[in-house]
Amino acid sequence: MQQATFRVWRGEGKTGQFRDYTTDIVPGMVVLDAIHRIQATQATDLACRWNCKAGKCGSCSAEINGKPRLMCMTRLNQLPLDQPVTVEPMRAFPPIRDLVTDVSWNFEVKKKIKPFQPRRPDAPDGTWRMAQADVDRVQEFRKCIECFLCQDVCHVLREHAMHEQFIGPRFLVYAAALEMHPLDSADRLTGLKDDHGIGYCNITGCCTKVCPEHITITENAIIPLKERVVDQFYDPVRKLLRVFSS
Amino acid sequence: MTYETHEYDVLVVGAGGAGLRAAIEASAGGVKVGLICKSLLGKAHTVMAEGGIAAALANVDDRDSWKVHFADTMRGGQYVNNWRMAELHAREAPDRVRELEAWGAVFDRTSDGRILQRNFGGHRYPRLAHVGDRTGLEMIRTLQDHGVHRGLDVHMEFTVVAVLTTDGRAAGVFGYERERGRFKLFRSAAVILATGGLGRAYRITSNSWEGTGDGHSLAYRAGAQLIDMEFIQFHPTGMIWPPSVQGILVTEGVRGEGGVLRNKEGRRFMFDEIPEPYRNQTADNEEEGWRYTQGDKTARRPPELLTRDHVARCINREVKEGRGSPHGGVFLDISWIKTRIQNAEDHIKRKLPSMYHQFKQLADIDITSEPMEVGPTTHYVMGGVLVDADTQMSTVPGLFAAGECAAGINGANRLGGNSLSDLLVFGKRAGEHAAIFARENQRGAVDGAAVESAARDALAPFESGRTENPYAIQHDLQDAMQRLVGIVRLEDEMREALGVLEILKRRAAMAAVHGHREYNPGWHTALDLGHLLTVSEAIARCALERKESRGGHFREDHPEKAAEFATINMAVRQSADGTMELRRLPIPEMPAELRQVIEEQK
Ligand SMILES: Cc1cc2nc3c(=O)[nH]c(=O)nc-3n(C[C@H](O)[C@H](O)[C@H](O)COP(=O)(O)OP(=O)(O)OC[C@H]3O[C@@H](n4cnc5c(N)ncnc54)[C@H](O)[C@@H]3O)c2cc1C
Ligand code: SF4
Ligand code: SF4
Ligand code: FES
Repeated sequence: MQQATFRVWRGEGKTGQFRDYTTDIVPGMVVLDAIHRIQATQATDLACRWNCKAGKCGSCSAEINGKPRLMCMTRLNQLPLDQPVTVEPMRAFPPIRDLVTDVSWNFEVKKKIKPFQPRRPDAPDGTWRMAQADVDRVQEFRKCIECFLCQDVCHVLREHAMHEQFIGPRFLVYAAALEMHPLDSADRLTGLKDDHGIGYCNITGCCTKVCPEHITITENAIIPLKERVVDQFYDPVRKLLRVFSS
Repeated sequence: MTYETHEYDVLVVGAGGAGLRAAIEASAGGVKVGLICKSLLGKAHTVMAEGGIAAALANVDDRDSWKVHFADTMRGGQYVNNWRMAELHAREAPDRVRELEAWGAVFDRTSDGRILQRNFGGHRYPRLAHVGDRTGLEMIRTLQDHGVHRGLDVHMEFTVVAVLTTDGRAAGVFGYERERGRFKLFRSAAVILATGGLGRAYRITSNSWEGTGDGHSLAYRAGAQLIDMEFIQFHPTGMIWPPSVQGILVTEGVRGEGGVLRNKEGRRFMFDEIPEPYRNQTADNEEEGWRYTQGDKTARRPPELLTRDHVARCINREVKEGRGSPHGGVFLDISWIKTRIQNAEDHIKRKLPSMYHQFKQLADIDITSEPMEVGPTTHYVMGGVLVDADTQMSTVPGLFAAGECAAGINGANRLGGNSLSDLLVFGKRAGEHAAIFARENQRGAVDGAAVESAARDALAPFESGRTENPYAIQHDLQDAMQRLVGIVRLEDEMREALGVLEILKRRAAMAAVHGHREYNPGWHTALDLGHLLTVSEAIARCALERKESRGGHFREDHPEKAAEFATINMAVRQSADGTMELRRLPIPEMPAELRQVIEEQK
């Protein structure tokens, strides 16, 4: 039977080291299968998160050969197996154990974004009418499985650790989904500019590249939001109008 | 033993659709609500649901109504459902779906801008509100985002190991933080179990690691009854190749959109056997079936959209009789629709985006140009905690159950889409009534000795002198259930299964864990074994006792339905000496109005 070696991060909190595990592989295997095999036979306490094993829940995020990816959607036949496959946790979040990181910050950030607020129903029975064409755009954003891989790769968070000032690409996508929701009537632009730090994003596009749901984060979500912010706050005519109306 | 204590009025165990909906409702009832889940928020099983939410909105076909939905559900469940639950479900599902829209869910639209509905097996009219094939994600995210602004306290990555009772009443739960391994006690006046299913009792399953029947077993140990445990749903279409993806679900939506099943001879074998109760509603030629999937209201549905139990057995038959596909399944083909519609490729990618990616990435198959290979996978459990239809309270006062871990609505077989609607309808009811219960009743005192003993049991796997690998035990259990209590059942095999389970129980008592308590999956697996063993035994015992075939329960030695079993539900509960006691509960007679509804829809 064919075998492959996995160089897996084993750690407690901030300390740890890579350890090599060699295991049998069968056709079609993904990295998560290999981790499970190692867990079942060689390291029963190897910690990792997973749920759906089909790229739907966003639990199994890790860095595989240095790239942020879902373990359950990374096929072994797409990796060079003549050398060890490195598997390590997302590095932009505090490590807990082995492949598990503390992603709780993301849940806190989300709470700070103004929730959905629908306009009054369109029909007497309390329902709304929306055309498919109008919901296509938000449906793209709503595909997000909250794997936080985009957060992991964004240099504002990863290198500059600006977690206090910047909500990161995932939550810009979330804000875009709400802002562009045909029924929504809340205003999040002030928040985006002042509290959520949309200005820190310099459109490197790294987030878009790693998104397993193929959401075009930068072009479709962040840039339009940035434009709205500019229109609202820096457009001289609007600025004047605001002065008069306040 | 040291542990933190938290106090709530209502405590919800489980943050899938049912748990979230219950927590939102309980919170609206003005009480203090805690929500606990084993994974991170938003990762529960519900996130994986694909096809849609069944509700008679009648947006696509105005002949639909709660009555048709009710009759479909009862027919699908072969009339051993709790008719009151089926009625409430059919009546209330439309409002629950509209409510999701008001909370921000974005469903696919009809041409006049309303919520679009799709065809699904056993539903007479297009009934499933959906978002492509990621409806569960839309639902869980909507509930989660709505819920966090409702003042719920969420305790993520926390496993409940015991439901505590005092004087026969629920008093709270005890468990441990997965991350740090620390124990916590939650005291509350009412506890709602919304822990989902138990697919992990089988080797081939669409369920995640969470589906180990915890709520079923926690309720059982707390004195509640479980019913209908013999009724397991084997979904006809799971992936079968490559081996590492075996069991992953292929949504019924593929067939709803016109996908067909063929054997290796290219024959649409589903036309070969159409059960009597469905004959009037089923197309007898391919042309009519196709027209149905394209919305022709005069056409009858293709036999691929018969109920899941039937389709799974037909696939099983084809494979057994040597007409299967190379890897032991059959072919499911959606690509053929390009002979009928233009831009079929784009259409398929738009309607079934995650199926397209799933096959492309995991199996190197392009579903827009070639057929998939599929076979049955353990998917859902119809059985669960016996509850009151209106309030969802179990026979233990203060202990409620909702969603997949509760039983009644589905009878012997669940229709696709009826789970997501069940979560909403009965999640809401459970939350509402638990809040009422909590307002009317004080928190019960907690028995310290019971807490100590739960903690001791939880730590036992760390004791020295143990030798068994918990993963190996789990594997052997799954293998035994798959082989001996699977789709086709036989008396001798089930007796054998009970013997195997006894041996596994002894091995589980010797399960050993290495390392320490912090995020230790070996430990978690060892503790799940107890739940898996309890639910597996319940499944085997009930299946042995039901000497007939009905819905998800098929006995090769009793292949027909038997009148004796048409009016009862199997029930188990823990007897005083700790053994499993089996009883037959008579089904109350259906009121004349509901009987008439069923007659009218025949
Ligand atoms: C791939 C797939 C596709 C599906 N598609 C559809 C569909 O299209 N339509 C449909 O109607 N149904 C569908 N189903 C079925 C449906 O998704 C499930 O029945 C439903 O989501 C179950 O929801 P629930 O709220 O009862 O539990 P779950 O969503 O399973 O949630 C259970 C919760 O309980 C928690 N929990 C469990 N045990 C413990 C414990 N011991 N301590 C603490 N917390 C615990 C878990 O962490 C989780 O939060 C599908 C199922 C699968 C697997
Ligand atoms: S485009 Fe913006 S959000 Fe995305 S990775 Fe670059 S800086 Fe971060
Ligand atoms: S936007 Fe994409 S990468 Fe970011 S969390 Fe969502 S799914 Fe993951
Ligand atoms: S396990 Fe769900 S995305 Fe990988």
